Amino acid sequence: MTLAKRIIPCLDCDNGRVVKGVKFLDIRDAGDPVEVSKRYCDQGADEITFLDITASANDRSTTIHTVEAIAAQVFIPLTVGGGIRKLQDIRNMLNAGADKVSINTTAVLNPEFVREASDRFGSQCIVVAIDAKCVSAPGEPKRWEIFTHGGRNPTGLEAIAWAKKMVAYGSGEILLTSMDRDGTRSGFDLELNRAISEAVTVPVIASGGVGSLQDLVDGIIEGKADAVLAASIFHFGQHTIPEAKAYMRERGIEMR
Amino acid sequence: MTHVAVIDYGMGNLHSVAKALEHVGKRAGIPLQVSVTSSPDVLRAADRLLFPGVGAMRDCMAEIRRLCVDEMLREQVKLKPVLAICVGMQALMQHSEENGGVPCIGLFAGKVKRFDDHAVDASGAVLKVPHMGWNRVRQSKPHAMWRDIDNNGHFYFVHSYFVAPDAPSEIVGEADYPTPFCAAIAHKNVFAVQFHPEKSQRNGLQLLQNFLTWNGQA
Repeated sequence: MTLAKRIIPCLDCDNGRVVKGVKFLDIRDAGDPVEVSKRYCDQGADEITFLDITASANDRSTTIHTVEAIAAQVFIPLTVGGGIRKLQDIRNMLNAGADKVSINTTAVLNPEFVREASDRFGSQCIVVAIDAKCVSAPGEPKRWEIFTHGGRNPTGLEAIAWAKKMVAYGSGEILLTSMDRDGTRSGFDLELNRAISEAVTVPVIASGGVGSLQDLVDGIIEGKADAVLAASIFHFGQHTIPEAKAYMRERGIEMR
Repeated sequence: MTHVAVIDYGMGNLHSVAKALEHVGKRAGIPLQVSVTSSPDVLRAADRLLFPGVGAMRDCMAEIRRLCVDEMLREQVKLKPVLAICVGMQALMQHSEENGGVPCIGLFAGKVKRFDDHAVDASGAVLKVPHMGWNRVRQSKPHAMWRDIDNNGHFYFVHSYFVAPDAPSEIVGEADYPTPFCAAIAHKNVFAVQFHPEKSQRNGLQLLQNFLTWNGQA
């Protein structure tokens, strides 16, 4: 008996609506993040991640209201990411009912922000999101670099060193997305995930590329992930969370 | 009407636990008032106290002392049921190793210790700290607060420190990471848990519902 591995459905939201896939699933409650969160929670999701991808980032009030509405109905952990730039943004999200915030671009622009945030709110609620892309040539030892802005902007930061630095600065968890795999449905970048997971002392969430239930198993066993994050395999109704858990449990993974 | 006061000492997310209490009150048809407050008058008038906690122990204890929550608790635990959660549970001990050592409230004899950063599981993989996620809780002793909750049921944890009470008789729940640690303690009117019932879906909501009807004194 030990700690269970986690399945985390991810909701990408634009102006308070889920935008990745869900709209094809059920027209009646299409894309309402509160409904979608509640459905996943009832199905046995271990956490929910809510990423605000609203382009006009000035007004976060929609997001705050959505987070409040989710937190009033969903009694599992809730991580909120997107547009977290100031300590007050974190305070607002935690007050709205988020348990953790995910910090991406701001961490790259100002690593000290991660230290300030974890000092103020505790490491347990600070997740650093890392978008990494393989930059080594075929045949060379693998090397991954950090990118921002959805994989468009290179930073020159090497991924393993960056992950270790973020943990030293107080990140309580790493949300690791492979930009090479994101949206491809060809499985996680297992080498990347294993390299980061073995380099840091905090939990690592594997993200980017899930196309099948076996991909989830591989992420845990070969990628050494502590949790797996997926969107489209659940949003499109390809698989349910109970199916995923049963499949993983049959392969010897401790699940809730 | 039962009145639950959630002790607000400026640390962490109190919204979740207040919403969860309201949810189970409505579900169980228990007339309920939930206050989130630091007012000594309201806390003294309440029927039950919920003592939450998130964040670093040094900051928590500083606020607990500044608002005299420690004195209020010492007096109120004699009078009414108290549920402490996570850092709230840890703050009830005498001393925590966190932040280079912090004296705590001392309602329970014992210490708060950090997980070993180099512990390995059965396969030889290093265990991550914080201990974050869903783990099974063994009900080491029967207690009214465990009513309708499966033994070895899952609860959500997120913590790097755990309590080690001097009196093993106070331990009512344990989990393994990789070795057993204390997940719940109880003594008279106090029930304290390391996990987050407000984030533990069915099992956690049941525990909160049990708290609304528990008459204390075990």
